[in-house]
Amino acid sequence: MTILTIVLVIIFAFLAGMESILDQFQFHQPVVACTLIGLAFGDPIKGVILGGTLQLIALGWMNIGASIAPDAAFASVASAILVCGPAGLDNGRGIALAVPFSMAGLILTIAVRTVAIFIVHAADKAVEKGNVRLVEALHFGTCILQGLRVAIPAALILFLPPEQVTAALNSVPDVITNGLQIGGGFIVVIGYAMITNMMATKDLWPFFFVGFVVSQLDFNLIEMGAIGLCVAFIYINVWPAFQNRIAGSGGSGGGDDLDAVLEDY
Amino acid sequence: MAIFKKKNKTENNNITVSDANKKKLTKGDLISIWWRTTFSQASWNYERMQNLGFLYGIMPAIKRLYTNKEDKIAAMKRHMQFYNTHPYLTWPVMGVVASLEEDRANGGEIDDAAINGVKIGMMGPLAGVGDPIFWGTLRPVLGAFAASMATGGSLAGFLVFLIGWNVIRMAFAWFTQKLGYVEGVKITDNMGGNQLQKLTFGASVLGMFIMGVLVPRWTNINLSSVIQTTTEEDGTQKVTTLNDMLNSIFHGLPALLLLFLCVWLLRKKVNPLIIIFGLFAFGILGYWLGFLALPGA
Repeated sequence: MTILTIVLVIIFAFLAGMESILDQFQFHQPVVACTLIGLAFGDPIKGVILGGTLQLIALGWMNIGASIAPDAAFASVASAILVCGPAGLDNGRGIALAVPFSMAGLILTIAVRTVAIFIVHAADKAVEKGNVRLVEALHFGTCILQGLRVAIPAALILFLPPEQVTAALNSVPDVITNGLQIGGGFIVVIGYAMITNMMATKDLWPFFFVGFVVSQLDFNLIEMGAIGLCVAFIYINVWPAFQNRIAGSGGSGGGDDLDAVLEDY
Repeated sequence: MAIFKKKNKTENNNITVSDANKKKLTKGDLISIWWRTTFSQASWNYERMQNLGFLYGIMPAIKRLYTNKEDKIAAMKRHMQFYNTHPYLTWPVMGVVASLEEDRANGGEIDDAAINGVKIGMMGPLAGVGDPIFWGTLRPVLGAFAASMATGGSLAGFLVFLIGWNVIRMAFAWFTQKLGYVEGVKITDNMGGNQLQKLTFGASVLGMFIMGVLVPRWTNINLSSVIQTTTEEDGTQKVTTLNDMLNSIFHGLPALLLLFLCVWLLRKKVNPLIIIFGLFAFGILGYWLGFLALPGA
């Protein structure tokens, strides 16, 4: 392995890690990440073949809402290092290892997404002081951690014998991996609690419950949005107390509306 | 939150701010917002998700529109609130919010709750558009197409995926952000004080409604303790878990109870971080003791 190879592997692993959270340029998708790692070892064709196969496995891995999919970034990078690198595993074994790697990557990203809370709290303080530079630096700091959480294990895999890597993969107890995944499934309520706590007034709580009850109907979110729009429209146009409040607070438009309604009677 | 309190003051402002003195975002600001929004998920966190990312994206607008330091800080604070949507559909929200901020900076009566209401009202349905289109359709289709070339050993698979995806993504981002901004400006320009108030209050209503929809849908909790096991006529065992029971009483009840617990703890001034670590510990403990299972398990 040349120095250039090592540097390139770490850079591509870093990019894949950052992209696993950004989800924009797609450097974390197997067909891209494996090819790049292959390129670092001077064999992009080997990489693209592995990447293509892994891509088909990872087609359905997507982050929806607040749930996190198995981590394609670490799976692609780690498998590609073992296949294209000095370990020289065959494609089949590389693919077999991709799934446990994706779970390990998932745990690591959950950890970084939790650490990010501390960073966002620091950003709160920076906002308080009006320090724009620091706010922006903290924003990218989290992204760098996401890059490192793939780059550092990738560097380890580069130098460790493959047997040790698989042993390490198997040593994480189920209780931790599954427990964290379960926690990751409902940890989002804290965010919902904060926003409802902020927005909620006596006037607004009922709408939350309307949404909650309607949620079980088999409508997608676009249809739900349409219902929500109608509810809001009905509320602001029909609810007479709202009109009274406008009239009471000195506005003219609401009063006119109310007068028009009264004249109709 | 008082939506109406600033009414009298702002009505005067509407008269005094002439068109010549109006603060306006430049094309450069909009391009800057467009590029920055690429990094909207960089600081994704379990507490408020894309909040800091949204602030990072909208920052050029804040810098342009609010010259006084207190206004700037107030604007930054309001964008540190919870926010989460599909990372590509955040561009139209950016456009709309940029137009709202512009109107507010020119004396429009749009308060914090209204801006957050618009963000939340848009984020749910837009995530509902983005997830099936981008993650559910475009990526699998383009990915499978690229993979078919790649497995044959062709680097074209790699190039088609990387370039194709990014061209589509960036064009979509610019177009939808512009659409959001132009439409947002139209709405704020064409509406008098009273109508704008209705709109902003309506946005809060829509926001709360969408939160209600999202809580049971995006919260995965599976209380797997077995309440009873019955044997069907054909001999198969039917297991009823605590989750099944609670959901049959009221759909989404486990998620709702958890939400209320969190709201209650927040009102007791418990640090959100402690709640988050508590929830993770609960997840691990629950799996270990067997009363929690993976979603769908």
